[in-house]
Parts: sequence; structure tokens; C-alpha cells
Amino acid sequence: MARFSTKTNPKYFHRSQLKFYFILIPISAFMILPILFIFSQAFKPLDELFLYPPRFFVKRPTLFNFFQLFNAARGSNIPISRYFMNSILTAFFSVILTILISVFAGYVLSKKKFKSKNLLFTVNNLALMFVPIAVIIPRYIIVQSLGLIDTFIINILSLLVMPVGVFLVKQFIDQIPDSLLEAAFVDGANDLQIIFKILVPLLKPAISTVGILAFQIAWNSSEASVYYINNENLRTFAFYASNLTQVAGNTIAGQGIAAAAGLIMFIPNLVLFIIMQSRVMNTMANSGLK
Amino acid sequence: MTKKVRKYNHWFLISPYLILFTIFIVLPVVISIYLSFTYFNAIEKPSWIGIQNYITLMTRDEIFMQKVLPNTIKYSLIVGVGGYLLSFTLAWLIAQLTPIPRTIFALIIYSPSLTAGITMTVVWRVLFNGDQQGYLNALLLKYGFIDKAIQWLQSPEYLMDIMIVVSLWSSMGIGFLAMLAGILNVDESLYEAAYIDGIRTRLQEVIYITIPAMKPQMLFGAVMSIVNTFTTAGIGVALSGSNPTPQYAGQLMVNHIEDYGFYRYEMGYAAALSVVLLLIIWFFSRVAWRLFGER
Repeated sequence: MARFSTKTNPKYFHRSQLKFYFILIPISAFMILPILFIFSQAFKPLDELFLYPPRFFVKRPTLFNFFQLFNAARGSNIPISRYFMNSILTAFFSVILTILISVFAGYVLSKKKFKSKNLLFTVNNLALMFVPIAVIIPRYIIVQSLGLIDTFIINILSLLVMPVGVFLVKQFIDQIPDSLLEAAFVDGANDLQIIFKILVPLLKPAISTVGILAFQIAWNSSEASVYYINNENLRTFAFYASNLTQVAGNTIAGQGIAAAAGLIMFIPNLVLFIIMQSRVMNTMANSGLK
Repeated sequence: MTKKVRKYNHWFLISPYLILFTIFIVLPVVISIYLSFTYFNAIEKPSWIGIQNYITLMTRDEIFMQKVLPNTIKYSLIVGVGGYLLSFTLAWLIAQLTPIPRTIFALIIYSPSLTAGITMTVVWRVLFNGDQQGYLNALLLKYGFIDKAIQWLQSPEYLMDIMIVVSLWSSMGIGFLAMLAGILNVDESLYEAAYIDGIRTRLQEVIYITIPAMKPQMLFGAVMSIVNTFTTAGIGVALSGSNPTPQYAGQLMVNHIEDYGFYRYEMGYAAALSVVLLLIIWFFSRVAWRLFGER
């Protein structure tokens, strides 16, 4: 007995939904045009990049910019594959470890009973609002005193604390009935068995979400490379790309290179999200702060 | 496994997180607070000067008072609050559609937040380029709105506005997704009951049913909006290509901290700025909890 001809979360199309399309289409156009531009720009040959008046879409696509990008690294003695490898390794390990750490912490914060539990969760929620750049100086001092300057591991370590990850996993585990875990306890399972045999399969959406977020952060982050690493061999592609464009961004060849690098930075994030989006939405349904 | 081990098991499981959390979040904040009471140039040992840094900040740092603070307030109000309202509105609009178009729109609106750093140079700097080849200039010249190319990113009067547009463009992140999921999960029977009780307009439905039913997601969205505001704060520098930004037009607290910490090596003063920034963020988060927290 709905009063309105349309309702939230409809199953079928109805004429009254058209008005929402009228509002959403122009907004989405504004959101997506710069994204299309990233694609288009990356495949433009030199003369199209500097055409006057400028043309938005590429007419004669070419891979020239990508070759230029790979060539640009040759001058610096370090092959671009090195930066890629560093990025891939960093992303891989930080995703795996972030998931493990978040699941462990989320499980403890959700299902264990001990005194300082609520305090820990409150502190974690406060840390959701933490902006690393605000304390970049003390962080540098700590990293230095731990002797981690110019080590590969700092690329990964500096990314592992993800309060959002712990938070999302914890909220998700809250939905899982205690009785299920208690039954496993009675059958003699220990915490690790419970986590890996029971929780992990049930937590797939939350784990995928944390994985995607961790990947996005790791893949886009150049913080460690900028502040903690002086050895060019240990730096990541994100750093290389942004550095390259700062140096070469205003030169003629630079714009094409920047466009190609920008696309390489963007694509993995997008693909991962498209594949996993239904799981992400599933996790988000439990993401309320209480 | 003995009983005793099991009793303390949770500390083993949570320890990796606790250790890293302490090293990378708690300790930096503590050290920051300590350093803010010192003079520290990164070479000599910090020397204790009491609240001198804070006095300087309040009374002598003209750039901070005249440019950075007003900029930060303007920027965070528009990008933080505006971006938050915008993401709720968009999430609500999308929720009124059938699943397939809904997914497509959600994807389109979310995708800008996946872009980072380098896209600034690829898209926005090219778009706003100061010569005729900049897209905006070319367009405006073509239709005769202007007769001379404008230095969009180097002119103090435009930089801030451009920063705000770009930040809003990329601000529909996981807070937006959480709110979308929240709206979709509101119990249908709540709406039915409300119709019987005489709710007449869409606006009433949103205010009396949708928002109260998804308060936790609204709060999460607010927190993520605050984070987003302060993490995108570097874009003024990314867009204009220099720190300080032209005539400090796009200078925000984060840039001011970097300026003092890494270019002038006045780490103690930069630490005091960091503490003030943390206080500001904490204040905003309190406001968000007040509005949406369940007591």
C-alpha cells in the first residue's frame, strides 16, 4: 500500500523513475568525463595531444606514449620493471598482511570478552579519522630510529595499519552468531582453526572489501618512497610516475608519458572494484558506527 | 591447549595490530605533542621552549591567520559538509533506480575516488592549462567569453574554487558506498507504517524514516568525509605545482605543515601545527558523533 508510485530499491522500471535519470545523467557525465579523458589522452599520438583547438577523444589511437614511458626509465639506469616489481610486491604483501591483521583484530574485538576491549575499539574508531600527513615528522623519526630507512620492508609496514579495515571486519563479524563459534569451541577447535575454517569463508565479502581498500592504498601510495627511501631501487611505481610527471609534465613528450602512467595507475583499481563491487556493497551494509 | 593459554589468546591475535598501531599512529601523535613544545631543526636535539610555538602560531604567523586558517575552514566546510550532503543525495537518488542502472551509476560516481595523485596532472592540469591548449581556455576563447587565455592554476582568485571542484569530484568514496548500502537496507515495513501514519511527501519520508533508520551509516559516512577532506588537502600543491601555492591562495594546514617541516626545517613549529590540525579533526568528529551517534 505504497503511497508513492516509486519506491526505494525498486525491482521493476516505472515511468516515475525517469526524473531520477534526468538528474543523475548530467551529474554522472561530469563524473565520468575526466575518467574517459584519462583513457583517451593515454592513447593520443603527439600531434593530437597538442592539437589546437584541443580534441577530447582520440582519433588515431597509438601505444606510442606507453613506449615513451618505458623508454624514459632507460635513461636513469633502472628499468621500469623494477618499479613495477616493487609496487606489485608491496601491494601483494600489504593486502595479504592487512587482511590477516584485520581479521585477527576484528575477531578479537567482536567475539572475545576482556577488560580493555571497548577502549581498544574506541581508540580504533578515533583512528579512523587519523590523517598520516599531520604527523609525518614524528613518523619519520620513529622509522629512522627503528633503522628502517632505505629498507624495502618499510614500503609494506607503513601501509599495514588500517583502522577502517579492522572496523569493517569487526562490524561484519558482529553479525555472525556466537553460538556457531561456541559449537566449534566445544568440538575442540582453537582460535586459529575457528578463524580459518569457520570465519574466513563467512567473511568473504568483508575480506574482499578490506583487500580492495588495502590494494588501492598500497598501489596509489608513494609516502614511503618519498619520505623513507633514498635508494632508487626500492621505490614504487606510484612514486616513479608522480615524480616523472613533475619533472617532465610540462615538456612536450611529458604529457603523453604522464597520461600513460596515469592510466596504468588507475586501471587495476577500477578492474578490482568492478569485479568485487557486489561484495563491497554487502560489507558496506554492515558498516554502521555505533 | 591449556586453559590459561586460551585465556590470554586474544592478546596474541590482536598483537600485530596493536604493535603496528602503536608504532605508526599512537607514538607519532605523542611525539608530535612533545615536539610542539620544543624548538627542533632536525639536526640538533630538540630544546624545550614551552608554549612558544603556540604563541607564535596565534600571534606572529600572519600567513597562518590570514590565509591558511580561512582557507582550511572554507575548504573543509565546502568539501567536507558539501561533499557529505552531495554523497547522501546521490546515494539516495541512485537507490530509487532498478538494480542494473543503479550499479552502473554507482560505479561511475565512485570511480573518481579511485584516481589519485598523478591523475591531477593528467586530467586537471591539462584541462585548466594556462595557454590556449588548455581545454577550458580553448572552449571559452572559442565562444568568445574571454579574449585572453587565463592562468587558471596560477591565479589566486581561481585556484581555491578549482581545488573545491576537483575535491568534490573525487569525494564519493566508501562513505558514499556505505550510505547507499544503508539506504537500500532500510526495512520496507518502516515505510509502509509511515504511509499509514500519514507521511505525504518524499522529503518527509527521507527525514523521518530513511535517515533515522540508517544513522550508523550516516555517521560512518560523516567520518569518512572528514578523512577525505583532510587527505585530499594536498591537491592545491598538486594542481599549482608549487608549495607554497601562488600567493598562498590554496594553502591549507597540511601544506603549511609540509612547508615548515620539510622546506624550512622548523620541525617544532610544524609539530605544533600538526597538533592544532589533529584538534580540528577531533572537533569535527565530535560534531559528527553528536549528530548521528546513538545514545
